[in-house]
Amino acid sequence: MRILKILFVGALVSLAAASACAAEVVVYSARNEQLIKPLFDAYSKESGVQVKFITDKEGALLQRLRAEGQNTPAELLLTVDAGNLWEAAREGLLKPVASQTLNANVPAHLRDPGSQWFGLSVRARTIFFNQQKVKPADLSTYEDLGSAKWKGRLCLRTSKKVYNQSLVAMMIAEHGEAKAEQVVKSWVANLATEPFPDDTKMLEAIAAGQCDAGIANTYYFGRLMEKKAGLALGIFWPNQQGSGVHVNVSGAGVVRHARHEKEAVALLEWLSSARAQNLFADVNLEYPVNPAVKADPLVAAWGGFRQNPLNVARAGELQAAAVKLMDRAGYR
Amino acid sequence: MKRHGWRLAATGIALLIIVPLAVVLASLFSPERDVWPHLLEHVLPGLLGNTLRLVLGVGIGVTLLGVSLAWLTAVCEFPGRRFFSWALLLPLALPAYVTAFVYVALLDFTGPLQTVLRELAGGPLVFPAIRSAGGVIMVMSLALYPYVYLLARNAFLTQGKRALEAAQSLGYSRRAGFFKVALPLARPWIMAGLLLALMETLADFGTVAVFNYDTFTTAIYKTWFGLFSLQGASQLASVLILLVFALIAAEQVSRRGLRFTQAGRHSRMERIILRGPSAWLASGFSALVLLLAFVIPVAQLLLWAEKVVAQDFDARYLGFLWHSLLLGALAAALIVAAALVLSYAQRQHGDGWTRAMARIATLGYAVPGPVLAVGIVIPLAWLDQQLIGAARNWFGIDSGLILQGTLLVMLPAYLTRFLAVGYNPLDSAMQRVTRNLDEAAQSLGLSGLAMVRRVHLPMLRGGLLSAAALVFVDVMKEMPITLMTRPFGWDTLAVRIFEMTSEGEWERAALPAVALVLAGLLPIALLIKNTDKS
Repeated sequence: MRILKILFVGALVSLAAASACAAEVVVYSARNEQLIKPLFDAYSKESGVQVKFITDKEGALLQRLRAEGQNTPAELLLTVDAGNLWEAAREGLLKPVASQTLNANVPAHLRDPGSQWFGLSVRARTIFFNQQKVKPADLSTYEDLGSAKWKGRLCLRTSKKVYNQSLVAMMIAEHGEAKAEQVVKSWVANLATEPFPDDTKMLEAIAAGQCDAGIANTYYFGRLMEKKAGLALGIFWPNQQGSGVHVNVSGAGVVRHARHEKEAVALLEWLSSARAQNLFADVNLEYPVNPAVKADPLVAAWGGFRQNPLNVARAGELQAAAVKLMDRAGYR
Repeated sequence: MKRHGWRLAATGIALLIIVPLAVVLASLFSPERDVWPHLLEHVLPGLLGNTLRLVLGVGIGVTLLGVSLAWLTAVCEFPGRRFFSWALLLPLALPAYVTAFVYVALLDFTGPLQTVLRELAGGPLVFPAIRSAGGVIMVMSLALYPYVYLLARNAFLTQGKRALEAAQSLGYSRRAGFFKVALPLARPWIMAGLLLALMETLADFGTVAVFNYDTFTTAIYKTWFGLFSLQGASQLASVLILLVFALIAAEQVSRRGLRFTQAGRHSRMERIILRGPSAWLASGFSALVLLLAFVIPVAQLLLWAEKVVAQDFDARYLGFLWHSLLLGALAAALIVAAALVLSYAQRQHGDGWTRAMARIATLGYAVPGPVLAVGIVIPLAWLDQQLIGAARNWFGIDSGLILQGTLLVMLPAYLTRFLAVGYNPLDSAMQRVTRNLDEAAQSLGLSGLAMVRRVHLPMLRGGLLSAAALVFVDVMKEMPITLMTRPFGWDTLAVRIFEMTSEGEWERAALPAVALVLAGLLPIALLIKNTDKS
């Protein structure tokens, strides 16, 4: 028994020693390893602070944070969708951060009005079309993809993906539920084939002529064109006369029970800085959130566009309503 | 061990699994009024039909493939029989969602096959949709038949020839002998394999997601991630748990009163030698299944992996591989030991309590992984909380998390998920170890542990090895529990696949997937080396 006790104390002491080492930040990340590791490596080199991270799906990370409560080792929560950050804030897992730097670097509509989370890269969800079958002049808005001329010509990704849930949530915010439901129903009526499991497959189907147009995130398009340059795929920025292109963010917030809050805020601020923004966005062909930073040349070549200025937190608030609406509309 | 000892051991193991299940089931006490009306009106009606179709289709598919191939390789002789008897296990090493992705990539409108056909035809053509009920059933049957194959083969190999000879002496034809004698005799094995395949089908999300085929699990995920209601998701999962429990209970009841014995080793069956067309048919059929379930998907993975190997492969892969193998091996040892205790307890004292404990203990396999992972993490975090409190009070130390993120957590977590995979093969093998065997051994002066070691274990050998190999491979493929409980920086090959697929980079996921297949060859090779002396 005595040996056991000694072992136990020894283990505790070594654990305590390890956790007392302050120059370290622990990140729970739903953004995958190859997108964040280069960034954290650069930060460690610059600041001397080690970044430890663990990746998982958003839902699992949230539950883990909740279960661990005040004992959590996590200091920063990084996710790939505003809805999940909104949910983390609602569940009281994050804490507000008052930072001039963050407020200056991140535009107001891309961060939490309560300052609990901040967007770090912009993901634009826009319209793509087959250049042999569609002229850009035929396109105008997301809503118009439901009009009769697109009958049997539309491709969509599954409604189970959060990107589409956010898109529809923002349409509810803009038009109200009744109108949004009408639009979604009209999309479903125009589908050329069953909804796709992912954006890439859908873009390939448009290029192959299975359908003529569809909605996808720009970085999937970027990745696909890097691999198969010759595809007859065009990009179109819709709703430029109206509400603007639908955007979502990948972003982060400081965990409520963070032990090293100061270090966590410092890392968050650094992530929004000019130096880090390119590393953060370019590695996945996304747009920097910081307006002072230019996008990757390949991304910039797709042209400028006006973003929807509604706060992305709305996507979280209305996500459940959007999911229910899409179920009612028969959008699978 | 005394009667109470066995009951206690069985109860103890079952408790480990009951706790996370109870966390899930507890949700039933506070109904989610917001979500259910919506689910009942717009989501569930379509899903139930879909789920039923999938379960029936996969059930028929894996039984047909598994039993026919097991019979051919265990009892018949045909060109390539030796090779096929082990090669047909290889699809075990491939996660079903990977096979699914490969087939969708190959056979969809934009895939190479349809593209070439369109070019040849010079225009649009009619081609059955791969993203359909038929497509999912085909892929899942190809991915899951090895469970039935492995166990049914154990049954046929140990059945002996007496029964068939007796059948023939009663005037049964060979075909009638198969259907009326061999098949019913193999029933516990076939059912055990089928149950594993069906539980996996019911809990699956990754594979059906690739086809955008909505099942009951889809509703669970949608409720959790879309409607932000883990409560509602747990309630749906509870319904699933209760359904599976009913299914298992029904199977048990229908089997009650049946007894199975092992024929002595000397009575090993003379193989039925197939000649002419039937021999080539047997070879052709085995080759076709192997081609579809393993060769084609792996070939495609290799082609993809080849493109990214220069960019993605580095020394860390040794670590991923090592972690996968270590977790698989440790979990296999732990789970097979627990399964052995459970099935032994059942054999020694098959009272209602022990039987119920054993059955409840295997339900974790029917729960969708992420839901179970949450059920595991909540009580663990609580336990950690108590330990941290104790550390603070007794030693004045602020220790941080003690249990979480260690193997102490990962291995019991795997136990809750995979006990069924260890238990089912063992339990069916245990049917062969009959009571009169004990009496015979005792009359020869063997009792207690000596009897277990010298009489029982050799008879259970096939079951033990099958159980260990299945658990080993399944743990290496497992994703949600590994993601949620792994220590910092402790990534495995499955985690690597997750990193790639979470942003839709399926082709880059081919590299860890190929590595996973290679790692899976190890337990399969060990299994074959030790069982296949025929």
